[in-house]
Amino acid sequence: MTTLLPTPKRKDPVKRTRKPSNPPRQRSREAQGLAAMAASGRFALQVCQECSKVQYPPQQFCGSCLSDRLKWQDVGNGGKLLAETTLQHSNDIFFRDRLPWRLGIIVADAGPSIVVHLAEDCVQGDRVRMSLAIDRSGNAAITARPEKPIAREEDDLQLREMAFDPKDRRVLIVDGKTEIGLELAKAFTKAGARDIFVGHSQPWRASIHLDAIKAMDKTTTYPLDVTDTDSVEELAAMIGDKVEIMVNNSYHLRMGGVLDRFDINTSHDEMEIHYHGLMRLAAYFGPVMRSRGADGHHGASAWLNILSAYAWINNPLLGTYSASQAAALSLSQCLRTELADGGVRVVNTFIGPIEDEWYQLAPPPKLVPATVAKRIVESLQRGLEDIPIGAVAEEIIQRLAENPKEIERTIKL
Amino acid sequence: MTNTSELLNQFHKAIKSNEIEIIDLSHTLGPNTPMIKVPEGHGKNPPPVSLEYISNYTDDGGHSRWSTLTTAEHAGTHFDTPSHWTSGQDFVDGNTETIAVNRFLAPACVLDYSDGVKKNPDFILTKNDILKWEDQHGSIESGSWVLFQSGWSDRFNDPDKFLNMDEDGCHSPGPDPDAVKLMIERDVCGFGTETIGTDYGAASKFEPPFPLHYFMHGANKFGLASLTNLDKLPPKGSIIITPPLKIAMGSGSPLRVLALIPKL
Repeated sequence: MTTLLPTPKRKDPVKRTRKPSNPPRQRSREAQGLAAMAASGRFALQVCQECSKVQYPPQQFCGSCLSDRLKWQDVGNGGKLLAETTLQHSNDIFFRDRLPWRLGIIVADAGPSIVVHLAEDCVQGDRVRMSLAIDRSGNAAITARPEKPIAREEDDLQLREMAFDPKDRRVLIVDGKTEIGLELAKAFTKAGARDIFVGHSQPWRASIHLDAIKAMDKTTTYPLDVTDTDSVEELAAMIGDKVEIMVNNSYHLRMGGVLDRFDINTSHDEMEIHYHGLMRLAAYFGPVMRSRGADGHHGASAWLNILSAYAWINNPLLGTYSASQAAALSLSQCLRTELADGGVRVVNTFIGPIEDEWYQLAPPPKLVPATVAKRIVESLQRGLEDIPIGAVAEEIIQRLAENPKEIERTIKL
Repeated sequence: MTNTSELLNQFHKAIKSNEIEIIDLSHTLGPNTPMIKVPEGHGKNPPPVSLEYISNYTDDGGHSRWSTLTTAEHAGTHFDTPSHWTSGQDFVDGNTETIAVNRFLAPACVLDYSDGVKKNPDFILTKNDILKWEDQHGSIESGSWVLFQSGWSDRFNDPDKFLNMDEDGCHSPGPDPDAVKLMIERDVCGFGTETIGTDYGAASKFEPPFPLHYFMHGANKFGLASLTNLDKLPPKGSIIITPPLKIAMGSGSPLRVLALIPKL
């Protein structure tokens, strides 16, 4: 059984905080393909289209027949642990800070032998289950756990470096007045978060969701208006150094495009909340999170944005909303690179229409907020990076890959 | 001419010596300023007031601090021009640019109903209330402001209480149509209030809806909203100074309202 995760203690004010360092960063262009698979939670390797040989590590030409027709395909993640070792010394600062470090060689059922980061419960000769993870440098890494899930496997300190498990971490949910906000608070409670800070704005508007959040054990609520720089700065000054997982769920949906609803004020609101709101949060919470990326086993780890799948392709019925989401997506990519220096990952989730008062006119399938929250917590536990949630988002990805012009011309609610 | 010069001279001396006291009737304007909420289908909501630094004595700003202010014309303590309402849209002299500047300085009658409002936030100011006040203090003279003292400004720092909304909408005090008509008969300069807007909270139920806006602006008269410190003014005998910003075609403007009162 995995060693119990040490309970976080109050920080010793005299001790110097461990500074963020990252594992080696440079990777080949081919290896970035592996990062793309890891980001979306797939276990996929290159497969030769001529001779069917599964390749590892990623390469330009098939190691068997020299064909360049290699394609990323999902393959089985099972294998057998051939050899294991525990690293006691490393010249790399990241690994030095985290020794001892377990490594293994797996003979994958799909064919190749793969060097992996190994969970503490894996024993030589055992069957294992591999995952594609992303390390603190943003590169793909393969991890292995015992084939059958064991109790508390999320406690594994080494693999915790490659995910953002909310267990014992402190979470800030930006907007507690939506149903998604409430469901997130429930899901993070269930996942063992240490504290759940919840923001709320618009004091004149009552919210049954916020009332429910206030009645929960681990939650504390704070005024937070992402359209007001002072408000963001104030809260960051108060709790910024405690936030280990940021969940930006700020949301402002109004239907309408350009010709049928030309309205600068509405689009201004959308940009203020989705784009400038993210910018304000990033400006005040980002620096301290980046500096705490290696602060013990419970340091700052992830910045999660809930974005719309229409950030990828404009839906003219939600024209200006889609545009503001695209702006937020673009900014999040900037933030991803900036936070990466501290080993803090920007995670983007993409959702389609949800069951709420603003999507009244959208036909089913619509996402239930509880499902969104559950998938978000799972994604953090698995260390994913770009996560489509629900049928609409998944369909958009698929259609964009197949024929972007087709979806541009025919997309509707 | 000499007499008038002497008058101004005396006026300045009286201010310097504090014989005439100046009272600030404005709230601070900023991101915490409560904004009016319009029900869906009845118009659009204004954005919140925002202040973003252009520089804050930082390297990129050198020695200076200044900000970009984003505000609706009707935010915080603000002035409503006749052109704010459909009924007043045709007055050539009805917007912030065109109103004659001598109308920005006028005597004020302060009608105190804060006790009634304390008991009932849905307090309606009626024609009778105004007539009773006149019995006590004398008639409202032509060209005076009517300032409705309700104690509501105490709620300003709590937007929830200031707007005081529930499922039925806003609950805040204001005049009914007959009271507005009486004020227009008296040829007032305008009507000022401590609440977020000049009309009654549930004024959409009146006929016509929003009678203060409808009749007052339709008679080329003004409104002042979100005033404070009215309790420091005498019922009669003060003069208030109310120039809005000279916004192009402005329908209103946040402003600093100053009252001149004789020192007691």
